[in-house]
Amino acid sequence: MAETREFQVFRGDRSGGKMETYPVEVTPGMVVLDAMHRIQATAAPDMAVRWNCKAAKCGSCSAEVNGKPKLMCKTRLDALPADRPVEVRPLRTFPLIRDLVTDVSWNYEVNKKIPPFTPKPGAVWRWKQEDVDRVQEFRKCIECFLCQTVCHVLRDHQKQPVFNGPRFFVRLASLEMHPMDGLDRLEQIKEKSGLGYCNITKCCTEVCPEDIRITDNAIIPLKERVVDRFYDPIRVLFRKIFGSASLTKPE
Amino acid sequence: MWWLEPLAVALGLSAFGIYSFWAALQGDHYAWGPYLSPFYSPELFGNSSHALFGPPPSWWPAAFSMFGVELHIPFSPAFLILWAPLGFRGTCYYYRKAYYRSFFQNPTACAVGKPWKSYCGETAFPLILQNIHRYFLYVAIVFIAFLTYDGLKAFTREGPKDYVAGLGSVVLLLNAFFLAMYTFGCHSLRHLVGGHLDSFSDSASSCTRHKIWSGVTCLNERHMMWAWISLFWVGFSDVYVRLVSMGRIADLRIF
Ligand code: SF4
Ligand code: SF4
Ligand code: FES
Ligand code: FES
Repeated sequence: MAETREFQVFRGDRSGGKMETYPVEVTPGMVVLDAMHRIQATAAPDMAVRWNCKAAKCGSCSAEVNGKPKLMCKTRLDALPADRPVEVRPLRTFPLIRDLVTDVSWNYEVNKKIPPFTPKPGAVWRWKQEDVDRVQEFRKCIECFLCQTVCHVLRDHQKQPVFNGPRFFVRLASLEMHPMDGLDRLEQIKEKSGLGYCNITKCCTEVCPEDIRITDNAIIPLKERVVDRFYDPIRVLFRKIFGSASLTKPE
Repeated sequence: MWWLEPLAVALGLSAFGIYSFWAALQGDHYAWGPYLSPFYSPELFGNSSHALFGPPPSWWPAAFSMFGVELHIPFSPAFLILWAPLGFRGTCYYYRKAYYRSFFQNPTACAVGKPWKSYCGETAFPLILQNIHRYFLYVAIVFIAFLTYDGLKAFTREGPKDYVAGLGSVVLLLNAFFLAMYTFGCHSLRHLVGGHLDSFSDSASSCTRHKIWSGVTCLNERHMMWAWISLFWVGFSDVYVRLVSMGRIADLRIF
Protein backbone atom coordinates (compact mmCIF):
# COMPACT_ATOMS: atom_id res chain seq x y z
CA MET A 1 0.00 0.00 0.00
CA ALA A 2 1.31 3.45 -0.88
CA GLU A 3 2.32 5.63 2.04
CA THR A 4 0.57 8.94 2.67
CA ARG A 5 2.41 11.99 3.98
CA GLU A 6 1.10 15.31 5.08
CA PHE A 7 2.16 18.54 3.39
CA GLN A 8 1.55 22.04 4.67
CA VAL A 9 1.76 24.49 1.83
CA PHE A 10 1.43 28.26 1.90
CA ARG A 11 -1.63 29.42 -0.03
CA GLY A 12 -2.29 33.10 -0.54
CA ASP A 13 -1.03 36.34 -2.03
CA ARG A 14 0.25 39.73 -0.89
CA SER A 15 -3.03 40.50 0.84
CA GLY A 16 -2.66 37.47 3.12
CA GLY A 17 -2.71 33.71 3.23
CA LYS A 18 -2.26 30.67 5.40
CA MET A 19 -0.75 27.20 5.52
CA GLU A 20 -3.09 24.57 4.03
CA THR A 21 -2.71 20.89 4.81
CA TYR A 22 -2.76 18.30 2.02
CA PRO A 23 -2.33 14.55 2.38
CA VAL A 24 -0.30 13.18 -0.51
CA GLU A 25 0.25 9.60 -1.57
CA VAL A 26 4.00 9.22 -1.90
CA THR A 27 6.11 6.71 -3.79
CA PRO A 28 9.81 5.92 -3.40
CA GLY A 29 12.18 8.43 -4.97
CA MET A 30 9.66 11.26 -4.96
CA VAL A 31 10.86 14.86 -4.59
CA VAL A 32 8.96 17.79 -3.07
CA LEU A 33 8.10 19.14 -6.53
CA ASP A 34 6.42 15.82 -7.39
CA ALA A 35 4.28 16.19 -4.30
CA MET A 36 3.30 19.73 -5.33
CA HIS A 37 2.29 18.41 -8.74
CA ARG A 38 0.23 15.68 -7.11
CA ILE A 39 -1.54 18.31 -4.99
CA GLN A 40 -2.23 20.31 -8.15
CA ALA A 41 -3.55 17.19 -9.86
CA THR A 42 -5.79 16.11 -7.00
CA ALA A 43 -6.72 18.75 -4.42
CA ALA A 44 -5.71 22.22 -5.60
CA PRO A 45 -5.48 22.73 -9.38
CA ASP A 46 -5.14 26.51 -8.89
CA MET A 47 -2.03 26.29 -6.69
CA ALA A 48 0.77 28.42 -8.20
CA VAL A 49 4.16 26.69 -8.47
CA ARG A 50 7.00 27.75 -10.76
CA TRP A 51 9.14 25.04 -12.34
CA ASN A 52 10.69 24.12 -15.66
CA CYS A 53 13.30 21.41 -15.86
CA LYS A 54 12.75 19.14 -12.87
CA ALA A 55 16.46 18.43 -13.15
CA ALA A 56 17.96 21.07 -10.83
CA LYS A 57 19.22 23.05 -13.77
CA CYS A 58 16.76 25.89 -14.47
CA GLY A 59 16.62 27.40 -10.98
CA SER A 60 12.85 28.02 -11.08
CA CYS A 61 11.49 25.81 -8.31
CA SER A 62 13.16 27.47 -5.32
CA ALA A 63 11.11 27.42 -2.14
CA GLU A 64 11.57 27.08 1.60
CA VAL A 65 11.14 23.46 2.61
CA ASN A 66 10.90 22.93 6.37
CA GLY A 67 12.31 26.43 6.74
CA LYS A 68 15.36 25.84 4.54
CA PRO A 69 15.78 27.37 1.08
CA LYS A 70 15.92 24.51 -1.42
CA LEU A 71 15.18 23.48 -4.97
CA MET A 72 11.93 21.52 -4.73
CA CYS A 73 12.99 19.26 -7.58
CA LYS A 74 16.22 18.31 -5.82
CA THR A 75 14.77 17.68 -2.37
CA ARG A 76 13.86 14.04 -1.91
CA LEU A 77 11.10 13.20 0.53
CA ASP A 78 13.14 10.41 2.07
CA ALA A 79 15.68 13.05 3.14
CA LEU A 80 13.06 14.89 5.21
CA PRO A 81 11.93 13.81 8.69
CA ALA A 82 8.98 11.42 8.33
CA ASP A 83 7.45 12.13 11.71
CA ARG A 84 6.10 15.58 10.89
CA PRO A 85 4.39 17.31 7.97
CA VAL A 86 6.58 18.75 5.23
CA GLU A 87 6.23 22.55 5.21
CA VAL A 88 6.59 24.36 1.92
CA ARG A 89 6.68 28.14 1.78
CA PRO A 90 7.61 30.70 -0.88
CA LEU A 91 11.01 32.45 -0.75
CA ARG A 92 10.80 34.94 2.08
CA THR A 93 13.11 37.61 0.74
CA PHE A 94 11.19 38.41 -2.44
CA PRO A 95 7.72 39.90 -2.91
CA LEU A 96 5.03 37.26 -3.09
CA ILE A 97 2.97 36.88 -6.25
CA ARG A 98 0.84 33.91 -5.25
CA ASP A 99 1.21 30.65 -3.31
CA LEU A 100 4.77 29.44 -3.92
CA VAL A 101 5.64 31.97 -6.61
CA THR A 102 7.62 35.11 -5.81
CA ASP A 103 8.71 38.06 -7.89
CA VAL A 104 12.48 37.74 -8.31
CA SER A 105 12.80 40.53 -10.88
CA TRP A 106 14.87 42.69 -8.49
CA ASN A 107 17.72 40.30 -9.23
CA TYR A 108 17.54 41.01 -12.94
CA GLU A 109 17.66 44.74 -12.24
CA VAL A 110 20.83 44.26 -10.19
CA ASN A 111 22.33 42.21 -12.98
CA LYS A 112 21.79 45.03 -15.48
CA LYS A 113 23.92 47.35 -13.36
CA ILE A 114 26.99 45.15 -13.71
CA PRO A 115 29.01 46.15 -16.77
CA PRO A 116 29.18 43.08 -19.02
CA PHE A 117 32.36 41.27 -20.03
CA THR A 118 34.55 43.76 -21.89
CA PRO A 119 37.55 42.19 -23.62
CA LYS A 120 40.96 43.81 -23.24
CA PRO A 121 42.10 45.47 -26.44
CA GLY A 122 44.24 42.94 -28.33
CA ALA A 123 43.27 40.07 -26.02
CA VAL A 124 44.71 36.72 -27.08
CA TRP A 125 41.79 34.31 -27.26
CA ARG A 126 43.60 31.30 -25.98
CA TRP A 127 42.90 29.79 -22.55
CA LYS A 128 44.88 27.47 -20.36
CA GLN A 129 43.00 24.98 -18.22
CA GLU A 130 44.11 26.51 -14.91
CA ASP A 131 42.53 29.83 -15.89
CA VAL A 132 39.36 28.13 -17.09
CA ASP A 133 38.99 26.15 -13.85
CA ARG A 134 38.75 29.10 -11.55
CA VAL A 135 36.07 31.08 -13.40
CA GLN A 136 34.19 28.02 -14.60
CA GLU A 137 32.97 27.31 -11.09
CA PHE A 138 31.13 30.63 -11.19
CA ARG A 139 29.52 29.77 -14.53
CA LYS A 140 27.68 26.89 -12.92
CA CYS A 141 25.23 29.34 -11.31
CA ILE A 142 21.63 28.52 -12.33
CA GLU A 143 20.16 31.72 -10.87
CA CYS A 144 17.93 29.95 -8.42
CA PHE A 145 18.45 32.84 -5.99
CA LEU A 146 18.49 30.52 -2.99
CA CYS A 147 21.66 32.30 -1.87
CA GLN A 148 19.91 35.64 -2.20
CA THR A 149 16.93 34.53 -0.16
CA VAL A 150 19.00 33.08 2.67
CA CYS A 151 21.47 35.96 2.97
CA HIS A 152 20.59 37.79 6.17
CA VAL A 153 21.65 41.12 4.68
CA LEU A 154 18.74 40.90 2.25
CA ARG A 155 16.42 38.64 4.22
CA ASP A 156 16.50 40.37 7.59
CA HIS A 157 17.85 43.83 6.83
CA GLN A 158 16.41 44.52 3.39
CA LYS A 159 19.61 46.12 2.14
CA GLN A 160 18.51 45.60 -1.46
CA PRO A 161 19.19 49.25 -2.42
CA VAL A 162 22.86 49.01 -1.41
CA PHE A 163 23.71 45.31 -1.51
CA ASN A 164 23.82 43.13 -4.60
CA GLY A 165 23.85 39.80 -2.78
CA PRO A 166 25.92 36.63 -3.15
CA ARG A 167 24.66 35.63 -6.60
CA PHE A 168 26.07 38.86 -7.98
CA PHE A 169 29.32 38.58 -6.07
CA VAL A 170 29.70 35.33 -7.96
CA ARG A 171 29.10 37.17 -11.21
CA LEU A 172 31.40 40.03 -10.27
CA ALA A 173 34.12 37.55 -9.32
CA SER A 174 33.77 35.76 -12.65
CA LEU A 175 34.38 39.06 -14.42
CA GLU A 176 36.98 40.53 -12.08
CA MET A 177 39.12 37.38 -12.25
CA HIS A 178 38.60 36.86 -15.96
CA PRO A 179 42.01 36.88 -17.72
CA MET A 180 40.61 38.70 -20.72
CA ASP A 181 38.32 41.20 -19.09
CA GLY A 182 39.71 44.69 -19.41
CA LEU A 183 37.52 46.70 -17.04
CA ASP A 184 38.71 47.91 -13.66
CA ARG A 185 35.83 46.80 -11.48
CA LEU A 186 37.18 47.26 -7.96
CA GLU A 187 35.69 50.72 -7.46
CA GLN A 188 32.26 49.36 -8.37
CA ILE A 189 32.73 46.29 -6.21
CA LYS A 190 33.63 48.36 -3.16
CA GLU A 191 31.28 51.29 -3.61
CA LYS A 192 28.26 49.96 -5.46
CA SER A 193 27.94 46.23 -4.84
CA GLY A 194 27.92 46.51 -1.05
CA LEU A 195 30.54 43.78 -0.59
CA GLY A 196 31.43 45.22 2.83
CA TYR A 197 27.98 44.33 4.15
CA CYS A 198 28.74 40.65 3.72
CA ASN A 199 30.06 39.29 7.01
CA ILE A 200 31.19 36.00 5.45
CA THR A 201 28.86 33.88 7.56
CA LYS A 202 28.49 31.47 4.63
CA CYS A 203 24.75 30.78 4.53
CA CYS A 204 24.87 31.40 0.77
CA THR A 205 27.47 28.64 0.38
CA GLU A 206 25.40 26.28 2.52
CA VAL A 207 22.33 26.51 0.30
CA CYS A 208 23.85 26.70 -3.19
CA PRO A 209 22.53 23.68 -5.12
CA GLU A 210 25.43 23.94 -7.57
CA ASP A 211 27.95 23.69 -4.72
CA ILE A 212 29.62 26.92 -5.73
CA ARG A 213 31.91 27.87 -2.87
CA ILE A 214 30.50 31.37 -2.97
CA THR A 215 32.13 32.73 0.16
CA ASP A 216 35.56 31.12 -0.16
CA ASN A 217 36.05 31.44 -3.89
CA ALA A 218 34.12 34.57 -4.85
CA ILE A 219 33.43 36.83 -1.88
CA ILE A 220 36.63 36.49 0.15
CA PRO A 221 38.93 36.80 -2.91
CA LEU A 222 36.99 39.94 -3.90
CA LYS A 223 37.33 41.30 -0.37
CA GLU A 224 41.07 40.70 -0.57
CA ARG A 225 41.29 42.56 -3.89
CA VAL A 226 39.40 45.46 -2.35
CA VAL A 227 41.87 45.43 0.56
CA ASP A 228 44.76 45.65 -1.96
CA ARG A 229 43.31 48.77 -3.48
CA PHE A 230 41.62 50.56 -0.59
CA TYR A 231 42.61 49.30 2.85
CA ASP A 232 46.18 47.98 2.83
CA PRO A 233 48.00 50.96 4.38
CA ILE A 234 51.39 50.18 2.85
CA ARG A 235 50.00 49.69 -0.64
CA VAL A 236 47.90 52.83 -0.37
CA LEU A 237 50.99 54.77 0.71
CA PHE A 238 53.06 53.32 -2.14
CA ARG A 239 50.40 54.28 -4.60
CA LYS A 240 50.30 57.82 -3.21
CA ILE A 241 54.07 58.14 -3.60
CA PHE A 242 54.63 56.33 -6.87
CA GLY A 243 51.39 57.11 -8.65
CA SER A 244 48.14 55.25 -9.10
CA ALA A 245 49.58 52.71 -11.54
CA SER A 246 51.92 51.06 -9.05
CA LEU A 247 50.71 47.93 -7.29
CA THR A 248 47.48 47.75 -9.26
CA LYS A 249 47.04 45.35 -12.09
CA PRO A 250 47.90 46.63 -15.55
CA GLU A 251 44.87 47.64 -17.54
CA MET B 1 18.73 21.64 16.19
CA TRP B 2 20.07 24.66 14.33
CA TRP B 3 21.35 26.08 17.61
CA LEU B 4 23.65 23.14 18.31
CA GLU B 5 26.57 24.28 16.16
CA PRO B 6 26.59 27.93 17.31
CA LEU B 7 26.34 26.73 20.91
CA ALA B 8 29.22 24.27 20.52
CA VAL B 9 31.35 26.98 18.88
CA ALA B 10 30.53 29.47 21.65
CA LEU B 11 31.45 26.94 24.32
CA GLY B 12 34.66 25.89 22.54
CA LEU B 13 35.87 29.45 22.00
CA SER B 14 34.91 30.54 25.53
CA ALA B 15 36.69 27.61 27.13
CA PHE B 16 39.83 28.34 25.14
CA GLY B 17 39.58 32.08 25.86
CA ILE B 18 39.23 31.59 29.61
CA TYR B 19 42.01 29.02 29.82
CA SER B 20 44.47 31.02 27.73
CA PHE B 21 43.78 34.19 29.71
CA TRP B 22 44.43 32.32 32.94
CA ALA B 23 47.55 30.66 31.53
CA ALA B 24 48.92 33.98 30.27
CA LEU B 25 48.42 35.60 33.68
CA GLN B 26 50.47 32.93 35.47
CA GLY B 27 53.88 34.02 34.17
CA ASP B 28 55.31 30.79 35.58
CA HIS B 29 55.54 27.07 34.79
CA TYR B 30 55.60 27.76 31.08
CA ALA B 31 58.91 26.08 30.40
CA TRP B 32 60.59 22.85 31.38
CA GLY B 33 64.06 21.91 30.13
CA PRO B 34 63.93 22.31 26.36
CA TYR B 35 60.14 22.68 26.33
CA LEU B 36 58.53 26.08 26.00
CA SER B 37 54.77 26.57 26.06
CA PRO B 38 53.48 28.03 22.78
CA PHE B 39 51.54 30.68 24.74
CA TYR B 40 54.94 32.05 25.74
CA SER B 41 56.85 31.66 22.50
CA PRO B 42 58.79 33.60 21.39
CA GLU B 43 59.77 34.53 24.92
CA LEU B 44 61.21 38.01 24.48
CA PHE B 45 61.97 38.72 28.12
CA GLY B 46 61.61 36.28 30.98
CA ASN B 47 63.24 34.11 33.57
CA SER B 48 63.53 30.87 31.61
CA SER B 49 66.51 29.80 29.53
CA HIS B 50 64.41 30.43 26.39
CA ALA B 51 64.30 34.22 26.89
CA LEU B 52 65.74 35.96 23.85
CA PHE B 53 66.57 39.32 25.43
CA GLY B 54 67.14 38.52 29.06
CA PRO B 55 65.15 38.86 32.28
CA PRO B 56 61.79 40.62 32.71
CA PRO B 57 62.05 44.29 31.74
CA SER B 58 62.45 46.90 34.44
CA TRP B 59 60.00 49.18 32.64
CA TRP B 60 57.06 46.89 33.42
CA PRO B 61 55.00 48.98 35.86
CA ALA B 62 54.58 47.67 39.40
CA ALA B 63 50.90 48.58 39.25
CA PHE B 64 48.38 49.80 36.69
CA SER B 65 45.78 52.24 37.86
CA MET B 66 42.41 51.94 36.26
CA PHE B 67 39.36 53.97 37.29
CA GLY B 68 41.21 54.91 40.45
CA VAL B 69 41.89 51.25 41.35
CA GLU B 70 45.45 49.99 41.59
CA LEU B 71 45.96 46.73 39.78
CA HIS B 72 49.05 44.69 40.52
CA ILE B 73 49.63 42.57 37.47
CA PRO B 74 52.93 40.71 37.70
CA PHE B 75 54.91 40.56 34.50
CA SER B 76 54.23 37.60 32.21
CA PRO B 77 56.17 37.05 28.97
CA ALA B 78 52.87 36.02 27.36
CA PHE B 79 51.59 39.62 27.52
CA LEU B 80 54.24 40.76 25.06
CA ILE B 81 53.28 38.33 22.33
CA LEU B 82 49.73 37.05 22.71
CA TRP B 83 48.31 40.05 20.83
CA ALA B 84 49.69 38.48 17.66
CA PRO B 85 47.86 35.13 17.65
CA LEU B 86 44.82 36.85 19.14
CA GLY B 87 44.76 39.41 16.34
CA PHE B 88 45.44 36.75 13.72
CA ARG B 89 42.62 34.48 14.85
CA GLY B 90 40.34 37.37 15.67
CA THR B 91 40.51 38.71 12.12
CA CYS B 92 40.63 35.27 10.43
CA TYR B 93 37.82 34.82 7.96
CA TYR B 94 36.80 31.51 9.54
CA TYR B 95 36.72 32.78 13.11
CA ARG B 96 34.84 35.86 11.98
CA LYS B 97 32.11 33.60 10.67
CA ALA B 98 32.24 31.56 13.88
CA TYR B 99 31.89 34.43 16.32
CA TYR B 100 29.54 36.53 14.21
CA ARG B 101 27.22 33.56 14.37
CA SER B 102 27.82 32.26 17.89
CA PHE B 103 28.41 35.42 19.88
CA PHE B 104 26.92 38.25 17.85
CA GLN B 105 23.91 36.26 16.54
CA ASN B 106 24.48 37.91 13.21
CA PRO B 107 22.93 35.53 12.13
CA THR B 108 22.94 32.65 14.64
CA ALA B 109 22.21 30.19 11.85
CA CYS B 110 20.90 30.31 8.29
CA ALA B 111 17.31 31.37 7.65
CA VAL B 112 16.51 31.76 11.33
CA GLY B 113 15.34 35.11 12.69
CA LYS B 114 17.78 37.44 14.42
CA PRO B 115 17.48 39.83 17.33
CA TRP B 116 18.98 42.88 15.61
CA LYS B 117 17.27 45.51 13.52
CA SER B 118 20.19 47.59 12.32
CA TYR B 119 23.20 46.20 10.54
CA CYS B 120 26.23 47.62 8.81
CA GLY B 121 28.34 44.50 8.29
CA GLU B 122 32.01 45.20 7.84
CA THR B 123 31.50 48.62 6.28
CA ALA B 124 32.09 50.75 9.38
CA PHE B 125 34.34 51.04 12.40
CA PRO B 126 35.25 48.82 14.22
CA LEU B 127 34.62 45.84 11.95
CA ILE B 128 36.12 47.58 8.93
CA LEU B 129 39.45 46.97 10.69
CA GLN B 130 39.10 43.25 9.89
CA ASN B 131 40.64 44.26 6.57
CA ILE B 132 44.12 44.36 8.13
CA HIS B 133 44.10 40.57 8.59
CA ARG B 134 47.06 40.16 6.23
CA TYR B 135 49.35 42.11 8.58
CA PHE B 136 48.61 39.66 11.37
CA LEU B 137 49.37 36.92 8.86
CA TYR B 138 52.87 38.33 8.30
CA VAL B 139 53.50 38.19 12.04
CA ALA B 140 51.95 34.70 12.29
CA ILE B 141 54.38 33.38 9.69
CA VAL B 142 57.29 34.62 11.82
CA PHE B 143 55.69 32.87 14.81
CA ILE B 144 55.55 29.62 12.84
CA ALA B 145 59.32 29.87 12.45
CA PHE B 146 59.76 30.31 16.21
CA LEU B 147 57.37 27.47 17.07
CA THR B 148 59.07 25.13 14.61
CA TYR B 149 62.37 25.99 16.25
CA ASP B 150 60.79 25.25 19.65
CA GLY B 151 59.42 21.97 18.34
CA LEU B 152 62.85 20.86 17.07
CA LYS B 153 64.66 22.14 20.13
CA ALA B 154 62.36 19.97 22.24
CA PHE B 155 64.21 16.95 20.84
CA THR B 156 67.52 18.02 22.39
CA ARG B 157 68.62 18.02 26.01
CA GLU B 158 72.15 19.08 26.83
CA GLY B 159 72.92 20.71 23.54
CA PRO B 160 72.18 20.40 19.85
CA LYS B 161 73.91 16.98 19.49
CA ASP B 162 72.21 15.38 22.50
CA TYR B 163 69.01 14.01 21.02
CA VAL B 164 66.16 12.74 23.13
CA ALA B 165 62.46 12.50 22.59
CA GLY B 166 59.86 12.86 25.27
CA LEU B 167 56.16 12.95 24.74
CA GLY B 168 56.45 16.72 25.12
CA SER B 169 58.84 16.89 22.15
CA VAL B 170 56.21 15.26 19.97
CA VAL B 171 53.47 17.47 21.40
CA LEU B 172 55.42 20.64 20.61
CA LEU B 173 56.46 19.55 17.14
CA LEU B 174 52.89 18.62 16.31
CA ASN B 175 51.85 22.00 17.64
CA ALA B 176 54.09 23.75 15.11
CA PHE B 177 52.78 21.46 12.36
CA PHE B 178 49.09 22.08 13.14
CA LEU B 179 49.63 25.81 13.40
CA ALA B 180 51.44 25.78 10.07
CA MET B 181 48.56 23.90 8.44
CA TYR B 182 46.19 26.53 9.78
CA THR B 183 48.36 29.53 8.89
CA PHE B 184 49.28 28.35 5.40
CA GLY B 185 45.61 27.84 4.53
CA CYS B 186 44.83 31.49 5.24
CA HIS B 187 42.56 33.26 2.77
CA SER B 188 44.80 36.32 2.72
CA LEU B 189 47.82 34.15 1.97
CA ARG B 190 45.87 32.47 -0.82
CA HIS B 191 45.26 35.90 -2.30
CA LEU B 192 48.81 37.13 -1.83
CA VAL B 193 50.57 34.09 -3.31
CA GLY B 194 48.52 34.05 -6.49
CA GLY B 195 44.82 34.71 -6.02
CA HIS B 196 45.28 38.35 -7.00
CA LEU B 197 46.38 37.37 -10.50
CA ASP B 198 43.85 37.29 -13.32
CA SER B 199 45.90 34.86 -15.35
CA PHE B 200 47.75 31.85 -13.99
CA SER B 201 49.41 31.09 -17.29
CA ASP B 202 50.75 34.24 -18.92
CA SER B 203 54.30 34.00 -17.56
CA ALA B 204 56.69 31.57 -15.89
CA SER B 205 56.18 33.32 -12.56
CA SER B 206 52.41 33.11 -12.76
CA CYS B 207 52.66 29.35 -13.42
CA THR B 208 54.78 28.97 -10.28
CA ARG B 209 52.33 31.12 -8.39
CA HIS B 210 49.50 28.92 -9.60
CA LYS B 211 51.24 25.91 -8.06
CA ILE B 212 51.69 27.69 -4.73
CA TRP B 213 48.11 28.99 -4.90
CA SER B 214 46.86 25.43 -5.49
CA GLY B 215 48.76 24.23 -2.41
CA VAL B 216 47.33 27.00 -0.24
CA THR B 217 43.87 26.30 -1.71
CA CYS B 218 44.18 22.67 -0.67
CA LEU B 219 44.76 23.68 2.96
CA ASN B 220 42.24 26.50 2.67
CA GLU B 221 39.45 24.05 1.86
CA ARG B 222 39.93 22.60 5.35
CA HIS B 223 40.71 25.87 7.06
CA MET B 224 37.99 25.40 9.67
CA MET B 225 39.27 21.95 10.57
CA TRP B 226 42.85 23.18 10.98
CA ALA B 227 41.62 26.20 12.93
CA TRP B 228 40.04 23.93 15.55
CA ILE B 229 42.78 21.30 15.63
CA SER B 230 45.49 23.92 16.05
CA LEU B 231 43.45 25.82 18.66
CA PHE B 232 42.90 22.71 20.72
CA TRP B 233 46.48 21.57 20.36
CA VAL B 234 48.07 24.86 21.31
CA GLY B 235 46.01 24.82 24.52
CA PHE B 236 46.88 21.18 25.14
CA SER B 237 50.60 21.91 24.60
CA ASP B 238 50.46 24.60 27.27
CA VAL B 239 48.65 22.24 29.67
CA TYR B 240 51.24 19.54 29.04
CA VAL B 241 54.29 21.76 29.58
CA ARG B 242 52.64 23.33 32.63
CA LEU B 243 51.86 19.99 34.28
CA VAL B 244 55.35 18.64 33.60
CA SER B 245 56.98 21.79 34.88
CA MET B 246 54.82 21.78 38.02
CA GLY B 247 55.84 18.18 38.62
CA ARG B 248 52.26 16.95 38.40
CA ILE B 249 53.11 14.49 35.63
CA ALA B 250 56.40 13.04 34.45
CA ASP B 251 57.37 13.58 30.84
CA LEU B 252 57.17 10.23 29.09
CA ARG B 253 60.61 9.41 27.65
CA ILE B 254 60.40 7.83 24.19
CA PHE B 255 64.15 7.45 23.55
S1 SF4 C 1 28.42 34.98 3.32
FE1 SF4 C 1 27.89 37.10 2.89
S2 SF4 C 1 26.71 37.03 1.00
FE2 SF4 C 1 26.79 34.92 1.81
S3 SF4 C 1 24.92 34.75 3.00
FE3 SF4 C 1 26.51 35.40 4.43
S4 SF4 C 1 26.42 37.65 4.46
FE4 SF4 C 1 25.24 36.94 2.69
S1 SF4 D 1 25.16 31.03 -6.70
FE1 SF4 D 1 24.22 29.03 -6.26
S2 SF4 D 1 22.54 29.55 -4.86
FE2 SF4 D 1 23.16 31.45 -5.80
S3 SF4 D 1 21.83 31.71 -7.56
FE3 SF4 D 1 23.66 30.68 -8.30
S4 SF4 D 1 23.23 28.51 -8.16
FE4 SF4 D 1 21.67 29.55 -6.94
S1 FES E 1 12.55 22.71 -11.85
FE1 FES E 1 14.36 23.45 -12.74
S2 FES E 1 15.62 23.63 -10.99
FE2 FES E 1 13.87 22.67 -10.16
S1 FES F 1 41.68 33.47 6.93
FE1 FES F 1 41.92 32.24 8.65
S2 FES F 1 43.97 32.67 9.09
FE2 FES F 1 43.67 34.03 7.46
